[in-house]
Formats: sequence, C-alpha cells, structure tokens
Amino acid sequence: MASTTIDTHHLNPAGHHPRLQHQFDSLEQQKESSTLGMWMFLVTEIMFFGGLFLAYVVYRTKYPHVFAASSHHLDVTLGGINTAVLIGSSLTMALSIWAAQVNKRKLIVVFLIATMVLGAVFLGVKAKEYTDKFTHHLVPGAHFAPEDEHLQGPAREQAQIFFSLYFMMTGLHALHMIIGLGILAALIRPSWKGRFDLAYHTPLECTGLYWHFVDIVWIFLFPLLYLLGAHAR
Amino acid sequence: MSQETHSTHQHVSSRKMYFAVFAALLVLTFATVLVARVDLGVMNDVVALGIAVTKAVLVLLFFMHVRYSTRLTALTAVGGFLWLAILIGITLCDYMSRGATMPVPGK
Repeated sequence: MASTTIDTHHLNPAGHHPRLQHQFDSLEQQKESSTLGMWMFLVTEIMFFGGLFLAYVVYRTKYPHVFAASSHHLDVTLGGINTAVLIGSSLTMALSIWAAQVNKRKLIVVFLIATMVLGAVFLGVKAKEYTDKFTHHLVPGAHFAPEDEHLQGPAREQAQIFFSLYFMMTGLHALHMIIGLGILAALIRPSWKGRFDLAYHTPLECTGLYWHFVDIVWIFLFPLLYLLGAHAR
Repeated sequence: MSQETHSTHQHVSSRKMYFAVFAALLVLTFATVLVARVDLGVMNDVVALGIAVTKAVLVLLFFMHVRYSTRLTALTAVGGFLWLAILIGITLCDYMSRGATMPVPGK
C-alpha cells in the first residue's frame, strides 16, 4: 500500500505522457473514464448472465428435488479444482497489474502467460467434464438418458431443464474465458515492449476487471450447479 | 511542467494483500465444499450463497480495486448488482405467490 508519483522521464517534449489522449486533462481522468466505461460494460454483463441465473432460480424453486438429484451427476472434485484454478488465475492477473505499477515489464508478461495457462487448464477440465456428460447421455436432447432411478418419468424431462441450464451457463462462461484468453494474448506484445508502467496501464486494468468478473460468475455457478444437494446421498 | 505530473498519485496494491485475498478465497472454497456435505435444511442455500457473496465481495474490493476506485465507479458496480437483485426479487414475488391468491368472489 504505497502512493507513488510518476517518473517525469516518461514525458515527451510537450510535457505530456505519450499515452495521454488529448481530450483528457490528465492520465488520472483518462483512467477514470476507461474504468467507468468498463464497469458500464460489466453491468450489462451482470444482466446478461443474470437472465440465466434467474431462469435457474425459477426452475429450481419449481423442481428442487430433481435439481438436487441432477446436480449429483456433476463432478464436485473437478468443479472444485477449477474453482481454485480460476481464483489462481485472478491472482496472477492482479499481479500483472502490480508488475506494471512497479515498472517490471518482463514480470507483466510472466504473469499474463501464467493467467493464460491457468485459463487454459480451466477450459481443459471443462472439456473433460463435457465429454463425460456426452458419454453418460446427460446432454439434453434426443439421446438424453440418465442411468438414475431418480431421474425417470416426469423427472427425466425436468432434469433436462437442469442440464440445459448447466450447459448454457457454463458454456457462456467458457465463451467469456476464451475471449479473455484472446485479449490476454493481445496484451503480451505491448507489455513486452514496455508500453505499460505505473502511470499508464489501463488496458491491463480493464482486462483485469473483465477477467475477475468472469471469476465472480464462476464463484456463483460452482455452489449453485455442483454443490446443490451434495448432502442428500 | 504539465499538470498531470503533480496530480498523479495512485494506489498501488501490495503483493502481500493480493496473496492474502487469494488465500482467503481458497479457504472459503474449501469451506463451501465441506459444509455442502452436511444437511442444514433451509440453511444449505443461505450458507452456500453467503460464502459465494463473501468471495465475490473480496474479488470486487481487492482484485477489482473497487475499494480504491472513485465513488462513481463504486456506485456503478453496486448499481449493476442492485438491478440483478430487482430482476430476481420481483420475478420470484410472481412465481412464489402463484396459487396463493384468494379465490375471486363469484367465480
């Protein structure tokens, strides 16, 4: 926790930081503007995911027992590992911003790559889980056939609602992760070239906001989908 | 000298703080998995969501720097979650009260 003043050697002859756009009075104002804009986007993302969370809540209150029984077919261990992996990737993302603030460009790249590796591990585990769902006929549609006495008859149809929500929510989340990996990849080159420092690292900051938001979505998906009714059997 | 040089004081979060938040998030993840094995009745959801909200708030305040952001940014963030609460709250008022109304006289 320290406050630091920017180095003046970053300033160009006109006395402005090279990253300062002319419509802003200061880098501070420029950063505030970008951060606010990013948060506005994240608010729309909250409502985007919010619609799916709402559908989940409504159907869960309607079919609590089928939802609990269906939840047993998700792997808590893999889900838990993925939660830890994602939290770890949030840590490395935050540390990349710290690296920029202490002007260590190589460390920024190291932490960005670490974030991407952890993100890729998450997606790999997710792919394994999706494959298991296909082999166990737990994908909604014509071939949906759970081998579970609790999920037969009308419960079979209701369980399809659970698995539809599971695939839509985790799928939309995974799509966000894939987009995030693309953005992180695009940041590696400018980071390596030393474009980010204490005074200017807004692209890292905004990417961090996005990445942490996606982490928060998973923080809610994990208990709602995986842990629901873990005590029942 | 231009103006921004003497006005650019900004918060730099320490590594120690980031690691502390990371550790707290891992402990809470462990806690939520363990407590899910115990049947607490209606408290199951309350505890699970309570832990999830705590984790989300830690991420928001420290990883997303809301704690050190301007009031306008913090208000925007809070506003987003407030609207989500309205969306879910009012929809549930509808669904959970269906069939609970008094019979209409004369029908």
